[in-house]
Order: sequence, then C-alpha cells, then structure tokens
Amino acid sequence: MTPTDSNSLTFQQLILKLQAFYAERGAVIQQPYDVEVGAGTMAPETFLRVLGPNPYKVAYVQPSRRPADGRYGENPNRLFKHLQLQVILKPPPENVQELYLESLAAIGIDLRQHDIKFEEDNWESPTLGAWGIGWQVMLDGLEVTQFTYFQQCGGVDLDPISAELTYGLERLCAFLQDVDSIYDIVWARDPETGREVKYGDVRLADEQQFSVYNFEAADVQSAWKHFELCEAECKALLDRYTSLSKDKSEEDGIVREKARFPLLGAYDLCLKCSHYFNILDARGAISVTERVGVIARVRALAVGIAKAWMDQQYGSGKKSEKKSEKDVEVPKSAVKEKKGKLIPVG
Amino acid sequence: MPDLLLEIGCEEIPARMIDAASRELRERVSTLLQRERLEPSGAISHLDTPRRLVILAFGVPSTQPDLTEQVNGPSAQIAYKDGQPTPAAHAFAKKVGIDVGRLEKIATPKGEYLAATVTRKGRTAGEILAESLPKEISTLYWPKNMYWRKRGEVFVRPVRWLVAMLDEQVVPLEVFGLAAGKMSRGHRIISGGAVAISKPSAFVETLRTAKVLGAPEREHVIRKALDAATRTIPGARWREDKPLVATVVNLTEFPSVILGSFDPEFLDLPEEVLVTVMRDHQKYFAIEDANGKLLPHFLAVLNTDTDTDGLIRHGNERVLRARFNDARFFWQTDQKQTLRQRVNLLRNVTFQKDLGSYYQKTLRVQRIASRLAEIVKQNGVAVRPGVIHKAAVLAKADLTTELVKEFTELQGIVGGLYARVQHLDDDLKPDVQLAISRTIYDHYKPESMEDSAPATVEGAILSIADKADSIAGMFALGLVPSGSKDPFALRRQANGIVKTIAEHKFPLRVSEIMSDARLRYKGSEAEKKFSNTAYAEAVRSFFRERLEFYLKDARGYAYDVVSAVLAVDSDDVVDATARAEALSKVRGSEDFKSISVAFKRMKNILRQAAEKTNVIAIRVDSSGLKEDSEKELAALIPQTVARVEKLRAAHDYEAALLEIGKLRPAIDKFFDKVMVMVDDDDLRANRLALLQSIVKEFSTIADFSEIVTEGKESPK
Repeated sequence: MTPTDSNSLTFQQLILKLQAFYAERGAVIQQPYDVEVGAGTMAPETFLRVLGPNPYKVAYVQPSRRPADGRYGENPNRLFKHLQLQVILKPPPENVQELYLESLAAIGIDLRQHDIKFEEDNWESPTLGAWGIGWQVMLDGLEVTQFTYFQQCGGVDLDPISAELTYGLERLCAFLQDVDSIYDIVWARDPETGREVKYGDVRLADEQQFSVYNFEAADVQSAWKHFELCEAECKALLDRYTSLSKDKSEEDGIVREKARFPLLGAYDLCLKCSHYFNILDARGAISVTERVGVIARVRALAVGIAKAWMDQQYGSGKKSEKKSEKDVEVPKSAVKEKKGKLIPVG
Repeated sequence: MPDLLLEIGCEEIPARMIDAASRELRERVSTLLQRERLEPSGAISHLDTPRRLVILAFGVPSTQPDLTEQVNGPSAQIAYKDGQPTPAAHAFAKKVGIDVGRLEKIATPKGEYLAATVTRKGRTAGEILAESLPKEISTLYWPKNMYWRKRGEVFVRPVRWLVAMLDEQVVPLEVFGLAAGKMSRGHRIISGGAVAISKPSAFVETLRTAKVLGAPEREHVIRKALDAATRTIPGARWREDKPLVATVVNLTEFPSVILGSFDPEFLDLPEEVLVTVMRDHQKYFAIEDANGKLLPHFLAVLNTDTDTDGLIRHGNERVLRARFNDARFFWQTDQKQTLRQRVNLLRNVTFQKDLGSYYQKTLRVQRIASRLAEIVKQNGVAVRPGVIHKAAVLAKADLTTELVKEFTELQGIVGGLYARVQHLDDDLKPDVQLAISRTIYDHYKPESMEDSAPATVEGAILSIADKADSIAGMFALGLVPSGSKDPFALRRQANGIVKTIAEHKFPLRVSEIMSDARLRYKGSEAEKKFSNTAYAEAVRSFFRERLEFYLKDARGYAYDVVSAVLAVDSDDVVDATARAEALSKVRGSEDFKSISVAFKRMKNILRQAAEKTNVIAIRVDSSGLKEDSEKELAALIPQTVARVEKLRAAHDYEAALLEIGKLRPAIDKFFDKVMVMVDDDDLRANRLALLQSIVKEFSTIADFSEIVTEGKESPK
C-alpha cells in the first residue's frame, strides 16, 4: 500500500476533515481573514486573541502571501501564496501534543506506520514583536506542522500562553496524495464523474501573474505611498486612542468612545503596511539602510495596537483591573470542562 | 537500603540540550544526597531521551544517620549568677531541648561558655527528597526556557509527568503542579502509553518493554543498524559524522534505520549541496563508495521500530527528491546572473545595520586583503598574482543566490563553485580562475577550531581580511562579546584569524591587521556610529584571549607556559606559538625549574623594593658589588645577553632558552651567598639593579616567573 490511492483525501477534503476535527473539540471555525497576510499568525484571530486572559479555541484556513517566495509557478514546491491551517488553543490543554497527533490520525495517517519526530524549532516575528518556543513536526522526514507555544505577542507577555499549530496544507496534501508537485495535488474530485480538478487548475495563474506583479510590475512609488498612507492613518488612530486612554474620567461618553474605538481598523492598516513592505522587498526596492528601519516601523504599529488592545479589552487602570480579574476567573473554570463555553473577547 | 528513581517526563526536549541537562541533573542529585548525608552505596546513573530525564541512585540510606553535635550557648558569666542559671541559660536549654542541669561548660579562648551536646534525629530520605528535589528540578539550566502554566515558572518544554520513588514508595514531591507517582510513559506511538514502575531497579527493563532505550544503547543500536543497512550495498560505507549521530540519538527513544535511494542524476549537482541537504536539513547520513565518492543512497534514523511496508522509506525519498529538485532549480536559476553581475546586488544585502551593506564590506575587505598580501609577499611568502583582488570582489556575491538563501551554511562554497563554472573574465587563464574559485570557496574557513584553515595562501589572506573587517566594525561600534553574549560569533572569527595566521606562519601582527581594518571605515556612514574609544585596547585584549585559547586548547600547551609567553607579547601569533613550543620543551629541565623559581624570587624582591620605594641603581656598577658570587653573575650577564639575543633574532628560541638555563649555577650561587635587601643603600641599589637587568634582559621570550614549579617556594 502506498499513502496514495484514489481514496486519499482531496485538498478540500483534507481541509474539511481538519476543520471538523477541531470543531468537534470545541473550536470556533473561522473563515480566512480578508486582508493580505504573510501567515495565519497575523490574522487578528491569532494576533489579538492570544492577548489577554480569555480562553479561546479557533481554527481557520489562512491564505498566506509571501511575495518574495513566488517562483512564477515553475518550482514544484514553492508558492507565493500558500494555505495554512491555523489553530489556536488558549490555553493549551495538557494533552495538546496527543491532540495534535489525533488530528493526523483523523486525516488518515496511521501513526504506527510512520515516523514522527518533534524537532526543536522556535519561532520569532520581529515585525509583530512576537516569539514562541516549539517544534517542527516531522512526518517521514517532511515538516508538516509548526507547533509553537506562544510566549509574547505584540511585545506583550502572554498569560495564559497559547499553543499555535500551523499545518502546511499543500505539503501535507502532496504527502497524502504522494505527488511530487504541488500543482498536481487533486483539489476536488467529482464523486459522480470522478473528474479531478488539480491545484494547478485552481491556482497556477495566481502564481504566475503575482510573481510577475511582485517581482516586476508592482509600482514601487505607489507601494511606498500606500505604505506611508496606511502607516500615517494607523498612527493617527493609535495616537487618538492613547490620548483617550489617558483620560481617566468616568464620564460615560469617554468610556463608551474607548470601548468602541476602531483598533481593529488600525490593525488592518498595520497588516497593509506589512504587505506593502513585502512587495517592496520582493521588488528589491528597500535598501539596506532602510530595511531594518521599515521593519521597526511596522513593529511599532503592531506593538502599539497590542498595547492599546490590552487596555481597551482588559483595562489597565486600577478600576478596570478588578474587572479583568473577574474575567480571568470565569473562563478558567470554563476551560476545565472539556467542552466549556468559549468566552468571546471583549 | 532503597534505590532512588527520579523521572522528569517532558514534551520533546531539543536534542542539542539533553546531554548537558542530564549531566547537570545527575550532579545536582549527587550533591544533594551528599549534602544531606544520604550518599548512595551504589552508582548514580542516568537515562535520558527526548521525553525524559531520569536519575537512578542505588542504595540510598532510608534515613540520615543521627547527628550528635555540640551547640554553643551564652558565656558562663551571663548564664549563671551566684551559681544559679539565669534566664539566658534557661532560654538556651529550651532552644536545644535539654534540661538546664545537663548543660555543659566549655573553655574557649574567649572564656568559659555554655554548651550542649544534642543528638539530632536523622530525617527520612523521602522527606528530604520531597522537600529538596523540586528546587533542583525547577532551577535546572536550559539555554532557552519557556513558561506554560504560570509566569515565573519555567522549563525547557512543558513537564507532563513525574516519577519519584524510593524502592516501592513514592517520594511525595510536587513541582509544576504535578505530583510524583509511579506511572511513567512509554514510546509515544509504538507502546501502550502509560506504564507502571514497580521499583527503581526495574525501571530500565520496564521502559525497554515500553520501547524506550537509554542513550548509550540507542547509539549502539543506531550504529549497528547504519552498518547493517550499508552492507547491503557492496563496497559502500556510511560517512562517519559524530555530531549527527549525537543528534539522532537525542531525537529518538527507540531508533531504527532505513536505507533510501535517490535518482543518480542528482549526482550531477555538487556533492557539497547534496550532503548539506541530506545532513543539515534531513539529518540523513550520506553513503560513499570505497573511493569516497558519493552514492545515490542515504540512511535515515527513525524513531520507530519498523518500516514494514516501506512507507517511511518512500516518504523520506519523496522529501529528499523535492529538496534535491529545489536545489537543482536554484542552481539553474542562479546561473541567469553571474557572480560579477551579482556584486552590485550586494548593495541591498545588509551586513550589519550600522555597518552598511555587503557591497561596502566587499570594498573594504578587498583593500585589507590587498594590503595583507603585500606584507606577506614582502616577507617572502609566494602569493599568486591576480587572485586575491578578484576573489575578494566576488566573495560575497553568492549571498544573493537562491542556493545560499536556501542553504545558508553553503555560503562561500556556492560562490566558489559558481566561480569555477562561470565566465569571470575574458583573458583569465584556467588555472587562475581555479585559484580564484578555491579562494572564495575557502574564505569562511576555519569555521571552528576543529575545522582546517584555508589551504591556499590566497584563501587564508581573504579569510583573515573578511573576519578582521567584521571584528573591526563590531568593536568600533562597541559590540564587544561578553560572557555568553557573542551574537556575531566574533570569538569564532578571531579564533579563525589566529589559527590561520599560525598555520600559514604569516608574518602578520594582529594589531596592525586590526588597525588597518579599522582605517577602512574612515569617512563612511558607519563611522559616525562608532563609539568605542578604547578600540585598540579592546581588540588587543580580545585577541590575547583568543591566542591564549588557541595555544592552550588547540595546541595543548600548559597554561603557565602560555601565560609566560603571552606576558611578553601576544601580537605576533607565529612568534608566540614558536616561543610556547620552545618553552614547553625546556621547562621540564632541572636548570629551568630552578631559573623559574629564581625569577619569581627576583620579581618578588623587586616588587618589595618598589613598595618600599627603595632606590634601584640605573645600571649595575660592578665595582660597587661586594661578594664574588654577585660579581661573577654580573660579569656573566652581558655575554649571555649577546648570545641569547643573537639566537632570539634567528627565532631559535629553544637554543636561546638553553643559553639562559646556563645561568642557573651562577644565579643559585648568588641567592645562596647574597642578601639583596641589605641596609647599605648603595649596595642594595646596586644589587637591585643587577636583578632588574636580569629580569629585563631575559624576559624577552617568556616571563619565567609565570612558570609553575610544584610548590617549591624558593631554592635552598
């Protein structure tokens, strides 16, 4: 038997199975975030949800754009945009590793017939002011998942921490289907006719055209302009929130304005900056002296948002501290029961 | 006496950290048992896997022996008034828990004091261990920690179970919110999971049935399996790779090995690329034929017992194929731009944020290398013309290639390989091109003390220039390595410079290389950020340490020989090495032991004189000397100095040292008969001058007073 026969999962079945697996374990199945991101970590469902005390379980597929990784559709293993299945378990259950292994079983991998290793691999994102400790999970020599215990995000020490499981869906599926090129992955198979739609049918044009765009066509000056506009707007929003948060008055108007302040909008702008940075980088338009500085500018936004988010959602004033303590208690008991109710943020 | 078992069950510990942590834990438990007077009668052994650190101590006393000791109390004067015990005496009696009447009086130098002989009942081992082990566990050192339960509580990865037993009894310790018990866990996949331990002595066997082996056994199994799998290919052998063996030993609990193959077509790619992919990325062992040529096979170490259907082999072959395909793709893509064209792209590659781009570095390194080439040429070293300059320009261009971006450890090597196959210049002779390629290929060497220096003079010069530039820039910025902080691996680079100079016997002085390297930043943007005002001194002491390390650890010279040699000069690596070599040869002789002792004595006397601000004559006036022995010694000095200097100038340090050794009878006689620190001012000043001239004239090869002479303080 080989891992592939016509019974092996199609790409979409793989996604559905994994989503079902986590849904059955109480996770919210989110939809992909609709702003360009380089990784599932950057979607607010990870970046913002891991902050603060409230437990949360979520899984979602996140198309992840990395302009510089494009290869014009010519390399069988590299993509400008790949799909991640991103899972956040906050806090991680004690059996988180076993749970993860069960998820592999759920997609048809008989672990007794394979070789599994957890090899040290720590993760850090200077742009997000985030880092974690973990492993790359190796399945018969193939890295199929990045397993990270998040320690810090947006410069904020996490408490509780979250486990982040990031499945590389194309790799995993190519493994299951035993194909050598991502473009040969069967994305869908018509159950009646048996007709197959391949990954290449669905995505090859994206890869070709976006490689051309990112490496050749993207207008450098406009990209800079976009970057600066997004940055300026994001900063202005953050400044406004900062002055609001300094106002310690209990006046209803102020309290309400703080509570409804669009930090999520600011975060989208930060993500845009990160994306334009990636495009500029792929275009070779960022000089050495600029590079570190630009990363620091994006990080400043991310860190500013994380801080503001903590203040808005969990309060940092004396009065709201009590409130956050109460917040901690309720969810904690909720986690103990396996299928406890998930408390949404905010 | 019971046996002790401690098992810390953990999520997968990074392979590179296991051995050190295991040793430390063993040490901590051993020290704890000793401190608590619970020293085991048998051995303390350890067993570690990625998921556990285990300590077994055989024959631990079940309780501490009772301890009888004398406790001292208040002075008798205070304790008794008119023969009656005072409240102070009562308080003391109460404290030690015996009747006032049974207190003793003891005589001490400070007078008579109260004392009590108390017997402290030994506590049980279980009690002590339950109390003390948690601290030992939670303070283990890890290069990188994490928290998972609450802040402030850290370990390398989450701890998931604890076993602590004294024979059949659980030691009731708690740490990380876990209570120790008797339940261990077997192999993640191929065992039944949880497994009960009946007693410590049964642990190893119980774990074996649960598919978990200790590290030495795993290594044995792996090596045997590698051999067995390789034997299926006639004439083949696997490439010994100790670090890789150590890694796979620590990635597995129950290892086995599979032999896989790849398409021989990939053998067209450079072997360096193939081996890097296999070794560094996949942790596979390479297989070669009897002539050392790579074969299209590999060996993978699994963390499971069998691969009955060949699924795992199939999977690993697939991954390797993809990796090789990638490498081939990168190789081909890279040829679209030559190294020469890539030099310009280096403007966009950061060397260091304050030091600018690799393009700027390239220009600096080129100048440093040219100058170094000039110096060594003037000193008679043959340098191939037209090689260094060109190689220096192209050396960093491979940083812009896909292959190096993917396999960073191949930097330099890839540049060398491309320089060999690409068109570099119209009128370049093939042998010069080959030399250029070789120079680029080698210029990161030596990557460690074990690694060899670049084989060619040109490679060596480029290597030194490149590293000198990095160190100069970082030091000028004030980024001097300290303690465990050395993010740019400057120590390794400086080690590389020292080793390369020593092995090529280059007539280069480190201070000159480094001041030239510093000069190359003049007028640059980077220089505006330079803050280190003590650059020269910082560089000097840094390289002195590196040279010390090289002489001691790489060359094996005794530390006192190294100190003696470096006390004179640490700037000329070749010279210091030669002096260390010579001194090592002569130091064991009787003459030299005696000379070393005498030099120490002379230095002591001179120091005392300086402390007392005694006058030392400007030079020895022989007519002012009194005794025969001192006159003889004084007369001997000038001729010996002349002979020594001649030999020293010819770098014949051994002969020079032997010449100094001949002074021994005269010096011994001097110390036998003459007292230096006499009251007569003139005589003393004269004698001090004699000693000073000896110390000064004969300390040009080494400072003999640094030589350790087994406990003989002064000659008789």
